[in-house]
Amino acid sequence: MTVLTAACAAVAVLSLFLILGYILAGGLRSLSFGFLIHDPKPVDEPGGGIANGIVGSLIMIALGSMFGLPIGILAGVFLSEFGSNKFGQVLRFLIDTLTGTPSIVIGVVVWTVMVHPMGYFSALAGGVALGIMMMPIVARTTEEMIRLVPHSLREAGLALGAPRWRVTLGVVLRTAASGVATGAMLAIARIAGETAPLLFTALSLNYLSTNLLQPMASLTFQIYYYAGSPYEVWHDMAWAATLVLVAMILGLNIIVKILTRNRHQQG
Amino acid sequence: MVKNAKGVSRIIAQLLIPALMLVPLAGCGGGSGTDANAEVKLQGAGATFPNPLYQKWFSEYNKITPNAKFDYQSIGSGGGIKQITAKTVDFGGSDAPLKDEELKAAPAELLHIPTVLGAVVVTYNLPSVSAELKFTPEAIAGIYLGKITKWNDPAISGANPGVSLPDGQITVVHRSDGSGTSYVWTDFLSKVSPEWKDKVGTGVSLNWPVGVGAKGNEGVTGQVKQTPNSIGYVELIYADQNKLPYATVKNSAGEFVKPSLDSVTAAAAGAANNMPDDLRVSITNAPGKDAYPISSFTYFLVYKEQQDQAKGKALVNFLWWSIHSGEQMAKGLLYAPLPPEVVTKAEQKIKSITYQGKPLYTS
Amino acid sequence: MESNLAGAAVESPGPVNPNQPSPSAARVLRKRSARPRLGDPLFKGATGLFAVMIAGLAAFIMVSMAIGSRLAFEKFGLSFLLKSIWDPVKGEFGALPFIYGTVASSLLALLIAVPLSLGVAIFLVEKAPRKLSEPILFVVQLLAAIPSVVYGLWGVFVLAPLLRESVYPKLQAILGFTPLFSGHQNGLGLLSAGLILSIMVLPIITAVTTDVLRAVPNTQREASLALGATKWEATVIVLQNAKSGISGAIILGLGRAIGETMAVTMIIGNRPQISASLFDPSYTIASSIANEFTEATSEIHLQSLVALGLILFIVTFIINMLARLLVWGVTRGEGRGAHV
Repeated sequence: MTVLTAACAAVAVLSLFLILGYILAGGLRSLSFGFLIHDPKPVDEPGGGIANGIVGSLIMIALGSMFGLPIGILAGVFLSEFGSNKFGQVLRFLIDTLTGTPSIVIGVVVWTVMVHPMGYFSALAGGVALGIMMMPIVARTTEEMIRLVPHSLREAGLALGAPRWRVTLGVVLRTAASGVATGAMLAIARIAGETAPLLFTALSLNYLSTNLLQPMASLTFQIYYYAGSPYEVWHDMAWAATLVLVAMILGLNIIVKILTRNRHQQG
Repeated sequence: MVKNAKGVSRIIAQLLIPALMLVPLAGCGGGSGTDANAEVKLQGAGATFPNPLYQKWFSEYNKITPNAKFDYQSIGSGGGIKQITAKTVDFGGSDAPLKDEELKAAPAELLHIPTVLGAVVVTYNLPSVSAELKFTPEAIAGIYLGKITKWNDPAISGANPGVSLPDGQITVVHRSDGSGTSYVWTDFLSKVSPEWKDKVGTGVSLNWPVGVGAKGNEGVTGQVKQTPNSIGYVELIYADQNKLPYATVKNSAGEFVKPSLDSVTAAAAGAANNMPDDLRVSITNAPGKDAYPISSFTYFLVYKEQQDQAKGKALVNFLWWSIHSGEQMAKGLLYAPLPPEVVTKAEQKIKSITYQGKPLYTS
Repeated sequence: MESNLAGAAVESPGPVNPNQPSPSAARVLRKRSARPRLGDPLFKGATGLFAVMIAGLAAFIMVSMAIGSRLAFEKFGLSFLLKSIWDPVKGEFGALPFIYGTVASSLLALLIAVPLSLGVAIFLVEKAPRKLSEPILFVVQLLAAIPSVVYGLWGVFVLAPLLRESVYPKLQAILGFTPLFSGHQNGLGLLSAGLILSIMVLPIITAVTTDVLRAVPNTQREASLALGATKWEATVIVLQNAKSGISGAIILGLGRAIGETMAVTMIIGNRPQISASLFDPSYTIASSIANEFTEATSEIHLQSLVALGLILFIVTFIINMLARLLVWGVTRGEGRGAHV
C-alpha cells in the first residue's frame, strides 16, 4: 500500500518535472535581467521584455485578492457556522456552481457591467473579474477547513465565556489558518494563470503602467500572445515569462506559508 | 484579530511587491516608460494578423509624437468590431470588412481604412516530397469538402506532374476558433466552388465537413508540423517562420502563383479599380496574372465623426503616417504594402474624418 | 476573611438575595449579555452577507445567461439539447455533442485524478516523513500555478506526440477490440483532453485532501490501532472521517475541469461529434465558447453560445448535486468532521 501511494506521488512529481523541464528548456534562453525590466519591443528589435506584464500581473492579482479573499473567507465562515440549514444548502450549491464557470463567462459578465458602461478597459475591471473567480474557491476551502476543527476547541472557547463570533474568529479560524491559506493560495495560483477573464476586462498594454483606470498588461496575456505568434524569439519569451510567473507564485506560496505557520501541530 | 493580521499581512506583501518592482525601472529602453507625460492616449484592439506590424508602427510613432501615446492589442477581428461598436476603444482592427448588419449596428458611421495586405497559404507535411506543390482551386475545395481523401488523387497529381505523391490519407486541418484567416480562406473557396458555397459558405466560424480543428494560426502550424500527410491553411508569415512548405495556387487568370509580398500587392492592385466607395472589398481570386488568389486587406475601423478633438487629431495624423511612412516598414516584417492606387483612396477616407463636421486632417 | 483552596484570602459572598444578583455577579451578567446581543447577530449578518454576495453572483450570471439565450431556445426549443449540428453560417445549432464532450472529458479527468490525488495525499500524510512531504506538496501545488495556455502548449508539443507514438498504440493493442479504443488515433482527442485535465486538477484535489487528512486528529488513528486495526484499516477510518472534506476537494477539481478552456481546446480536436472511441476528436462547451464568442457576429450565433454556457451551469449543478447525494448517502449516520 505504501508502495502504491508512493507511486502516485511519484507520478505527480514526474508530471511537474516534465512540464517544468519543457518550460525551462524554452525559457532559460531568453531569461535575463533586461528581460525583467524592459517593456516589449517590436519583433525585429532585440531587447524586449515583460516588465509591464510582471507589474501588471502583480497589481491585478493583488486587486483580485483584495476582493476575493475577505469575501471568500467570511462567506466560508458563514457556511460552516450557520450554513447547515436549507438556506445554507442553497447558497452552497450556487457557490459550487460558480467554481465551474468558464473564466471567459466571468470576463464577459464583468465587461457587461463594468467595461461597457465605463467606456474603457481597466485594470480595476480585471481585478474584479479575478476576484470573482477566487471567491467560490476560497469560500469552499475555508468552509471545509473550519469544519474540521474539533468541536472541543469551540466548546472550550464558549465555556470560557467568549461570544460565538470571538470563538470562531479567534480560536477556530486561527486553528484552521494553514488550511485556509492553502485554499487562498490555490485560488491565487488559479487566477494567476488565467487569460480569458483579462481579455475582456483589463485588455493589455504594451508599456508599463500602474494606472488602475486604463488597460494593463499581464504575464498571461503576453504568454498567450507570444505563444500564438509565428516568431521563434517570441516563443522563447513566452516560456521565459511562464518561468517568471511560476516563480512569482512560488514566492507568494513561500510568503504565505511563513505567515500562517501552524504552531498547533495536529499531525 | 489573528484573521485580520494574517489577511492584512498577506495583502501588504502582495502590494509591496509591485511597489518594489517599480524601483529598478530606470533603464527602460526606448520611449516606452510610463505614460505620465502623454497628453492623449489612444487605445485600439482587433485583428491579430497585422499586430506585429502595428506594434512596430506604434513603437516608432510614439517616439516622434511625444504628446500622443498609442496602444493596440490583438484580440481578434471580431473583438475589434465588437469593441469599436461598443466604443470601449478608440479604433478597431479587422481583417474582414464589416457586413451591412454590423455597420448598421454601430452607433455612428464607421470608416474602413486599409492598412496592409496578407496572404493565406496552403501548407502541408509530406516527408517524402521535396518539390513545391501546385494546387488548383478545385483540388483545394475537394480536399476540404472531404471528397478528395488521398494525396495521390488525380486532382492533385494532375497539377504536379513528375512528383511522386504518397498513397496516404489526407489529414485536413482547419481552424477551431473564429478567425479572419478562415474568413478569407472560405471566401476564396466559396468563389471557386459552388458546392462549397452551398454546403459550407463563408464565415469566421464554420461547420467544417471534415478535418480536425486547431486553435489559432499557431495551432494549425503546430498540427501540420506534427502530423505527416496533413494539409492546412495559415497566414504566410507562420509558414515562413516555421519553415513549412507552402504551395502555389492557380489564380483566376489560370496562372500558378506563389504567395509572396509582390503577388499579394498585385492582387490588391488588380481589385483597386473596382473598389466600392467605402473600401469594403474582398480581393480573393482577384483578376491579374500575377495576383495571388488568397489575399486580403486588413483595416482600421474608425468613426467618421470623432468625439474628442485632441484624440481625433492625433488619430488622423497617425493614420496618414501609417499609409505613407508606415508602409515602408511593411516588407521588412513580411507584410505586403498597399498599392499606390489604394493609398490614394485611403487618403480620401482619412481626409473625411471630422470633428463637429470639420475635417480633422490638415496636411 | 475566608481563604479559598489555594490559600488566598477572599471575601465571603454574603447573604444571597434571590431578587437581586450580587454586585459582582450582576457585573458579569451585564457584560456577558451585552456583548453577544450585538456581536453575534452582527457576525452572522456580516458573514451571511458575503455568502449571499457570492451566491447572488452565481444567480445573477445564470439569470443574465437565461435572458441572453432566449432567442436560441425560442428558435430551437428543446431540440437544441438533442441536435448534433453546429453551423454558424446557416444558423443551425445543437448542443448535444458539446454536452457529451464536457461531461466525458471531466469525468475522465476525475476518474484518473481522484485515485491519484488520494494516493498522493495518503502518502504525504500517513506514510512520508515531514521532510519529504513538505517539498512534494510544494511541488504539487506548483502545478496549479502553471497557466492553462502553457498546459495546452505542453499538451500539443509533448504529451500528444508521446501518446501518439508510445502510449496509444500499446493501449490499442490491448484494448482495441472495444469500441472505446478503436479507430484512428493521432495523439489528440477526448482521452488526451481527459489526461491533461487530470494533471490540472490533481494539485487542487491533492492539496485540499492533504489538509483535510492532516486535520483529522491523531486520536482517531490511535484509537483504531488500539482496537487492533491494521495500518491500512486505520487509514480507511481516517478517510471516512474526512469524507466531506474530500468530496469538497473533488467538487473543486470538477469545477476546474468543467470550466477549463485553453488547455482543452488545444488538445481535444475541436470537432462537435459524439463518437464511441476515446481517440476521436471531441468538443467541450467551454472550448467552443472561448473559440467562437469573440468572433461571433450574428445574434443567433451569440445567443446559442450563451445557451451553451447556461447548459454548462446546469450540468455543473446536476453533477454537484449527484456528488453531494453520494457523499450524504455514504456518510449518513456518521458525523461530519471530527468529534472529539
